[in-house]
Amino acid sequence: MAKRVGMEVSIAAAEAVKQANVDVISAYPITPQTHIVEHLSEIVANGEMDAEFFCVESEHSAMSVCIGSEATGARSFTCTSAQGLALMAEMTYIASGLRLPILMIVANRTLSAPLSIWNDHSDAMMIRDCGWVQYFVENGQEVYDHVFISYRLGEDRNVLFPVIINMDGFVLSHVIEPIELIEQEKIDQFLPPYQPLYQLHPDKPITMGAFALPAIFAETKKAQEVALRSSMPKILEVWKAFGDMTGRYYQPVETYKAEDAETLLVTMGSIGETASVAIDKMREEGRSVGLVKIRLWRPFPFDELKRATLHAKQLVVIDRAISVGACGPVASEVKAALYGDDQRPSVYNFVAGISGRDVTPSDFTKMVDKAEIEIEEGRKDGYEIYGVRE
Amino acid sequence: MIENLNVFAVRTLTQKEYFAPGHRSCQGCAEALAVRLVCKALGRNIIIAAATGCMEIVSSPFPFTSWKVPWFHCAFENTAAVASGIEVGLKVLMRKGRIPQKKIVTVGLAGDGGTADIGLQALSGALERGHDFIYVCTDNEAYMNTGIQRSSSTPFGASTTTSPAGKTKMGQITWKKNMAAIAAAHNIPYVATACPSYPMDLIQKVKKAADIQGAAYIHILSVCPTGWRSAPDLSIKLGRLAVETGTFPLYEVEHGRYHLNIDFPKLKPIKEYIKLQGRFRHLTEEMIEEIQTRITHDYEQLKERDRRGF
Repeated sequence: MAKRVGMEVSIAAAEAVKQANVDVISAYPITPQTHIVEHLSEIVANGEMDAEFFCVESEHSAMSVCIGSEATGARSFTCTSAQGLALMAEMTYIASGLRLPILMIVANRTLSAPLSIWNDHSDAMMIRDCGWVQYFVENGQEVYDHVFISYRLGEDRNVLFPVIINMDGFVLSHVIEPIELIEQEKIDQFLPPYQPLYQLHPDKPITMGAFALPAIFAETKKAQEVALRSSMPKILEVWKAFGDMTGRYYQPVETYKAEDAETLLVTMGSIGETASVAIDKMREEGRSVGLVKIRLWRPFPFDELKRATLHAKQLVVIDRAISVGACGPVASEVKAALYGDDQRPSVYNFVAGISGRDVTPSDFTKMVDKAEIEIEEGRKDGYEIYGVRE
Repeated sequence: MIENLNVFAVRTLTQKEYFAPGHRSCQGCAEALAVRLVCKALGRNIIIAAATGCMEIVSSPFPFTSWKVPWFHCAFENTAAVASGIEVGLKVLMRKGRIPQKKIVTVGLAGDGGTADIGLQALSGALERGHDFIYVCTDNEAYMNTGIQRSSSTPFGASTTTSPAGKTKMGQITWKKNMAAIAAAHNIPYVATACPSYPMDLIQKVKKAADIQGAAYIHILSVCPTGWRSAPDLSIKLGRLAVETGTFPLYEVEHGRYHLNIDFPKLKPIKEYIKLQGRFRHLTEEMIEEIQTRITHDYEQLKERDRRGF
């Protein structure tokens, strides 16, 4: 029987990295990611894990070390936040272009300036197009589970992509939650050692990282794009296999009381749990509301999102980042997913909870109220930053 | 002694080429020669992590490659970090029995821009962590790949596209960064300077670096006819003149102990070296004298270190 214990989510993440038999860990400290690397250092220092741990001199090098080690065939891990992710952004594109299945946990934090260590999704959105498989998880259990899921998925020869687990900084990283730990034997069965398709070794010399002239670049990039889109069935398959092992089944898009709802809240990340409390309350008041939570961010689950939302009259999409000069990035994606259908719901977009500002159940209710009135009055594609003092 | 050795001993080198001919480097490129010699010295059991730059761009236009050894390129400023990753990856995979135990030398290969400028932080980190690898900087004294822009390794007075000789400024106004000394300051076991005009010396140093446990840094002066505005057939001669004038002395720092490999009772005047290069043609007699004074001073300082041993 799996053990259910209370632990900080960052500790659970580190324990998962240990249980996943990671070979190389390379990271640089940044709040709020620090507890993960601290605990991993302890684990390695105590000999509880046979891995090479390097606390390097920058995030750029952390990712570069992972790229080098992964290219030799070693299972590699890093984690970061905000400015650290910005510094390693260059290398994230290269890791996916070279098809190296590294795992990175991003404890999401606001990008400077002004400097702020608190949580939102501006860091993740900065590297949205980096070509990794990317999810936003909702709680500590999902963080722990997705370490195993990510390696099994990324290392699959039909996938071969690096994976990012986005978890909200502080809100998840520093919170103690009950985590159901999986027995090691089960994990070893679910996640066998990495068998790389290509690896750097003198016995079979290969050139990795050649440059492409315009005559071949587009073909190379299309191959990557097709491969990432085609990984969707594999993602579903791995989630299914994991569900069969643990009873916890994950979906690209999850719904809560959404089937018959006229108004749907759309969220990503840990605020989904708070939003569900608001939904319960509004339902008690007899309102026709529901919740759609996007877990898989890349490849974007267009079909799943449409299935979950097309019946509704209106969507209230909550973004936790701003594409300055445009709107929220999740809303852009949702609108794009729905645009091909004539009978599509209106999309009202709120940016809320940036830089760790609390979004309470009553805030969700207020946003739904506002959106319903605005749409009723004809302003069908509203966009605003919620709760700003003016 | 070493000069006589150079005349004949190159014929004793392996006929095998690991950096294959047919790459696209310019005529008279001494950097390509340096890389070829480094590969010959190390043999096939190596993995190269290369920086973006001339040697990357001439050797790897997909789907072609000049590399007969495993070669990995990913970016410009992180060669030492990528090499660190390769080194630890091999180490852990061997320890866990996933690949057979075998000596594989990890080599970082970057130019002067990728080393002394944008890659300095990653290099310092890797040297400080003490990875067992060789870092080779092939120094052609400017960003040649992007069109001859100045780097911190460009010598004083040299005209480049971003330190042009103009009406008020006479080319590069700063002195060449001493990368070998910076590497040595990390207290790594082995640091050396080399030049492909002295092939046996270069090869011996690379072999020594491969045998040493821990990080080794080799700084190779690589004459670039395109950027130096020199005749392609003078590349070997210019490399020799760089050494004979004291502009680029050949020395080693083993566990902190300095050793000058070739000394000259009397250095040739730097004018002999400078006059063969178009990048210096605007220099006045006074500027040449200023450079001569600095070179003589630096050389004397190096000789003093050689005498003292540290």
